[in-house]
Amino acid sequence: MFVSLFLVMMGYIVYFNLTQSRDFIRSPYNQRQDALADRIVRGSILDKNGKVLAKTEVGKSGKEYRKYPYGDMFAHVIGYTAKGKTGLEAVENSALLTSNAFFFEKFQRELKDEKIVGDNVVTTLDADIQEAAYDALGSSKGAVVAIEPSTGKIVAMVSKPDFDPNTISEEWEELNEDDGGVLVNRATQGQYAPGSTFKVVTALEFMREDSRYSNYSYKCGGEIEAGSNTIHCYGGKVHGRVDLKDSLAYSCNTSFCNIGSGLQIEKFRKTTKELLFDRDLPSDLPFKKSKFALTKHAGPAERMMTAMGQGQTQVSPYHMALITSAIANSGTLMKPYLVDSITSYSGTIVSKNKPDKYKELMKPKEAAQLKKYMESVTDYGTASVLGDAEYTTAGKTGTAEYSSDKGKDHSWFIGIANVDNPDLVVSVVIEASDGTSKAVNVAKKVFDAYY
Amino acid sequence: MVNIIIQLSKYLMILLITAYAFLCFSIFGFQDPDRKKRMLRKQMILMFLIHVLAFVSMYLATDDIRMLAFYLMQVSLFAAILLLYIIIYPKVSRLVVNNMCMLLCIGMIMLTRLDYSSAVKQFAIATASVTVSLLVPVIIRKFKLLSEWRNLYAVAGLVSLAVVLVMGRVTGGAMLGFKIGGENGISIQPSELVKIIFVFFVASSFKLSLEFKNIVITTAIAAFHVLILVVSRDLGAALIIFVVYLVMLYVATKQPLYIAAGLGAGGFASVIAYHLFNHVRVRVVAWRNPLAAYDKGGYQIVQFLFAIGSGGWFGMGLFQGAPETIPVATSDGIFAAISEEMGLIFALCMILICLSCYVMFLNIAMQLHNMFYKLVALGLGTCYIFQVFLTIGGETKFIPLTGVTIPLVSYGGSSLISTVIMFGIIQGLYILREDEEQAIERQRQEKLRAKGSGKGAGAKRRKAPDDEERPQRGKPRRQEKGKARPRPQQRIR
Repeated sequence: MFVSLFLVMMGYIVYFNLTQSRDFIRSPYNQRQDALADRIVRGSILDKNGKVLAKTEVGKSGKEYRKYPYGDMFAHVIGYTAKGKTGLEAVENSALLTSNAFFFEKFQRELKDEKIVGDNVVTTLDADIQEAAYDALGSSKGAVVAIEPSTGKIVAMVSKPDFDPNTISEEWEELNEDDGGVLVNRATQGQYAPGSTFKVVTALEFMREDSRYSNYSYKCGGEIEAGSNTIHCYGGKVHGRVDLKDSLAYSCNTSFCNIGSGLQIEKFRKTTKELLFDRDLPSDLPFKKSKFALTKHAGPAERMMTAMGQGQTQVSPYHMALITSAIANSGTLMKPYLVDSITSYSGTIVSKNKPDKYKELMKPKEAAQLKKYMESVTDYGTASVLGDAEYTTAGKTGTAEYSSDKGKDHSWFIGIANVDNPDLVVSVVIEASDGTSKAVNVAKKVFDAYY
Repeated sequence: MVNIIIQLSKYLMILLITAYAFLCFSIFGFQDPDRKKRMLRKQMILMFLIHVLAFVSMYLATDDIRMLAFYLMQVSLFAAILLLYIIIYPKVSRLVVNNMCMLLCIGMIMLTRLDYSSAVKQFAIATASVTVSLLVPVIIRKFKLLSEWRNLYAVAGLVSLAVVLVMGRVTGGAMLGFKIGGENGISIQPSELVKIIFVFFVASSFKLSLEFKNIVITTAIAAFHVLILVVSRDLGAALIIFVVYLVMLYVATKQPLYIAAGLGAGGFASVIAYHLFNHVRVRVVAWRNPLAAYDKGGYQIVQFLFAIGSGGWFGMGLFQGAPETIPVATSDGIFAAISEEMGLIFALCMILICLSCYVMFLNIAMQLHNMFYKLVALGLGTCYIFQVFLTIGGETKFIPLTGVTIPLVSYGGSSLISTVIMFGIIQGLYILREDEEQAIERQRQEKLRAKGSGKGAGAKRRKAPDDEERPQRGKPRRQEKGKARPRPQQRIR
């Protein structure tokens, strides 16, 4: 009996070493990795076309330097190694410090007491698109995430304000004293009110609760009573009679307040949970969970505010990109990933990540309908700047009030390029926009760079 | 250059121990005593080769001359153990002696690597306990009344456990023992020795009577043992005592119903323990998803798995990994430390060696006719192997951590002493069996002679004193036919 118990256990140990041990070795809690640096030269991080995003150079005295040729551009997603490790430098630490070079060569180097060259991490990032997004954001604070919805490949991830990982040691104190949160990756860890981009979620919930949603009709008078407050449409506009499609296209606040006050909160909660609110997101990098805070006890004002993306709801740009990906990909979210493959320094592939289904966030029919509504936004609605692009687009703009400063809002855009067979989705947020820099324009530059 | 030698000797050691582990089992398939002797000698050579390779590696890595001196001391100890056992007890099972030395050797290598001063302490304790254990087979052989002291065992076991409970100091959530001689003194863990006393108690009780009433009484006392251990929060030992009792009960009564009832009660008790004790709950949670519970009790198991995972099949090589980051690396975490630096293959071979010991123990138990000795051999064997299972299973996240150590390999005085004594007892039983066998042989010849000269069974009775203790006294003929004949083939030394 015990003999068989042991055989099972030994089988388990073999299984563990074959399948699970990688997850453990790569855990950032594992301090062993740094010991490897004594014998292995840290590998490079490359973009999808082989452009170097991070590499280790050996100085004249034999001292090693980590070099980031693109400077600030990839600061958050690639991270740094000098003061603790962040970004992909942390996540892929063990891969970078493992060498799958040809064993004979390793042996030779050992004999000569030379260091072995670690493996390279080939990312899904595209330096050209990253650059376009980086430049488009300009000096604004904010974040851009671009994902290939059919595969889950993250093509670009920009966060501003930024820093130069080449000189992080020298600027460390300064960066930490800065209360603007320079070191925070806003793309995954930023928490913003989603503004009108959330109307996509509200529309989905409305479609689920009312099967006759296509007959929905509302007469927008430019304002609506919400408890003791009055909510206006953005810019004081009056949209007149609108259906659901128009409501989304014009981002009509009063219409969505009207919808929101009729929704069943428990069901609404369920839908947002399915869309990964209050849940862990699939992510290689550290992230913050999004919050949907509406409860049964909420008053009418709270319900209306939430329906139009104000209220207590908080999301990250990354999460909005995932929701948009699911809409673009017939409701199914592909597992988002940043690492395409690990190769030895000479280019032999050691392991490759394949696209993998993560979860169906909504029914294909629902996704198709939402996509259609979002097309109207770029067609004749609030994002019509994208209307005359050479590629087809769909999307949703957003303007989120965030403080007492009424003159400045967060500017949002989520969008899909090539609507029939989506190539790319983007999620853009610009903090404290005074109206001159708009998220939709950033998105357009990203799409332009892609085509 | 140094690294290459270390890496090469790492692979060599893996090869050697694989050969050793293979011999551990293939030996069961051979009958020719000369051939077996050769195989056993080969095992000894393999062990010494592993030992020297390990110490050469460690010396090169540390440049510490103490390594060489300590190596010589250890070699003399192992050589002495092997020689003394063979000289004093030529009838002893040499496979068990070899395995004991091999496991001690692995333990000494890893302890020297991890913590030199612990290793020296362990070495001293090993020397002392081996010396003591050399006397054990004599005691077993000479004291025929061992089976009569049931009440003494029960009282001794319970009292020493109760003493721990009262005086015990808390270590790692459990009151395991107390220290003698200040902070640097030896810490005594009576639960280690109690395991042996407990096995003797159960065996003597079942030998006394297998009536339902007696079984109830024995079970009650056994349950009391378990209860004290649970209260002193030494759940690993409690679990071992529980399983040992179940196995012994089953073998004594051949009654599957008892096992079912026992397992049911055990399952029920573990559910209660889960809800009652926070530190049990913490361990189960940590076992389910250790990374998620990293700060809430998962830390240990995660570190074990880091070590095992980093080592991979072939290990990092001695002094090339970071086993010093493993919590309690010398005791509870030694399997992880061995896996990290010497490789998973090496560690798996070590498991096989432990299993080989157990198979040998079972072999001995099955061939003993005396119920008391049979149960003792079986109980101790179960005790040994289940402890190995709990430790290694816990370290590899196969089962929740229970905080026990691998006998002979892990650092720990009490555990080492009790295990060496345990091995000594089983060797004593093995010798008894050999005696028994000889007696039967004599008996048969007597009978043949008796048949020839026309004498009755009286002569037989007189010349075979061991016969009196046999439980199946009524059917000596069947025994001779059924068991005496195949035995020479099964005998393994």
